Amino acid sequence: MTSASTPVIEGRALTRDYLTGGGFFGRAKSVRALKGISFRVEQGKTLAIVGESGCGKSTLARIITLIDPASGGELLLDGVPVDVGRGAPTREMRRKVQIVFQNPYGSLNPRQKVGDMLMEQLYLNTDHTAAERRGEARAMLEKVGLKPEHFNRYPHMFSGGQRQRLAIARALMVRPKLLVLDEPVSALDLSVQAQVLNLLADLQDEFGLTYVFISHDLSVVKYIADEVMVMFKGEVVEYGPRDQVFGAPAHDYTRTLFAATPRADVESIRARLARKRAA
Amino acid sequence: MGRLLEIRNLCVSFDTARGPFRAVDGVDLSVDEREVLAIVGESGSGKSVGMLAVMGLLPATATVTADVMRFDGKDLLSLSVQDRRKIIGRDISMIFQEPIASLNPCFTVGFQLAEVLTAHMGMTGAQARARSVELLAQVGIPDPEARLSAYPHQMSGGQCQRVMIAMAIACTPRLLIADEPTTALDVTIQKQILDLILQLQQDHGMGLIMITHDMGVVAETADRVVVQYRGKKMEEADVLSLFENPQHPYTRALLSALPENAKGDRLPTVGEMMGASQ
Repeated sequence: MTSASTPVIEGRALTRDYLTGGGFFGRAKSVRALKGISFRVEQGKTLAIVGESGCGKSTLARIITLIDPASGGELLLDGVPVDVGRGAPTREMRRKVQIVFQNPYGSLNPRQKVGDMLMEQLYLNTDHTAAERRGEARAMLEKVGLKPEHFNRYPHMFSGGQRQRLAIARALMVRPKLLVLDEPVSALDLSVQAQVLNLLADLQDEFGLTYVFISHDLSVVKYIADEVMVMFKGEVVEYGPRDQVFGAPAHDYTRTLFAATPRADVESIRARLARKRAA
Repeated sequence: MGRLLEIRNLCVSFDTARGPFRAVDGVDLSVDEREVLAIVGESGSGKSVGMLAVMGLLPATATVTADVMRFDGKDLLSLSVQDRRKIIGRDISMIFQEPIASLNPCFTVGFQLAEVLTAHMGMTGAQARARSVELLAQVGIPDPEARLSAYPHQMSGGQCQRVMIAMAIACTPRLLIADEPTTALDVTIQKQILDLILQLQQDHGMGLIMITHDMGVVAETADRVVVQYRGKKMEEADVLSLFENPQHPYTRALLSALPENAKGDRLPTVGEMMGASQ
């Protein structure tokens, strides 16, 4: 791992306002979706962002991925401030951050062959020759556990888990430093989820990748995260190392989340059955 | 405890261009009164299809056969369509996965609730309206009178699911089938909805079939569990023995794929543990 001094991504008091309503007569109202979010992630580490729908976690993901500008605050990528609102980021900047979306059925173009999809990344973001693009795309397919013969197939010919592998392959084509994973396994079956989580762990080891992992599933977060950030209504209510957040949650909302998460261990089942018998 | 639903050797196959595809293959099931049975499996395990066959909701391309399919002593297979309709929706009702998609967007919540009551219970409009308010209050929707005239898109996912539950229990069914009732919901809402379903199940003494892929939901709700894989029943056990001492390799694989049971830094996958390529 490289020096711990410059984090791969750092946010300083990021805010984001959305304007709603406001027509011919009405005045537009602004909703503050992010209320000053600060965080930093070192290289090779995984920051998990946890929260329920509407807490602003996807808004934050879009800002980190340089898709949307922040309304206020500062975003530093590799120590360099970026502001998408002021002008498009350079190709170099874009290459550093990539995103994998939740729904592998919706995020792949059904009319584009898998190989073309992977090569397009290089076509847009690098100066590679066609032969280099083809070679790298084939190599990446194997890295994510697919086969070279999948190169000329269309997305509908793949299962959900395979599609999520493709989405990961596409994101990794440009060798990013930071991968934003927006609920990458929540649409997958348990056994497939395990495969994809293992793949992510393998790739992190191999490429020294940094992950921002967005999830609402606490058991997945507990498994994969180094640090955990809990968001509620646009604010960070808890932020710290995984063991601290899971071991001694400080905020009421975090405790509510933990209490609501179903437990699948034998002691909890015994306790529930005992309660039921008593009732 | 009386036996509510009994199914023996249920097979469902679909006609496809490549010949028949068997989605459910010889499944035996039974549910008693006041019992919570969980059917757990991954996508394609036939867990929903089997229950849709009981409800008679499968399309014409499906062929359903069973040695026995009996509800409360009545043979569902030999009933006429009219007689079966009197049972379905009234004595057996179902909650589906996507609450927003299962409600009709063109009608108010109140209209859709009242429709169930007038169709099955022969209530008048005024009676149905009064009962609808009662039902919405029962499933914990604030200000039920006013919410009757709301359209589904004006409510959150959790509230829509509450409305679906209200519709399902409108005729006080003997058996409730919940097909992934909380999969689309946040964890805190999931807890509320599961608590609500279990509360209603206890209060009315219903039988409950909980279809799910989530081992956590199984652990929190079930008395007895059936594990299905590729249309076949792998294992059946009471909930404690299933988690404590799973017998079938597939059940063991599912349980060890849970991230909270992770030992070391990689998760075992079902493929490896079953010794088959996925």
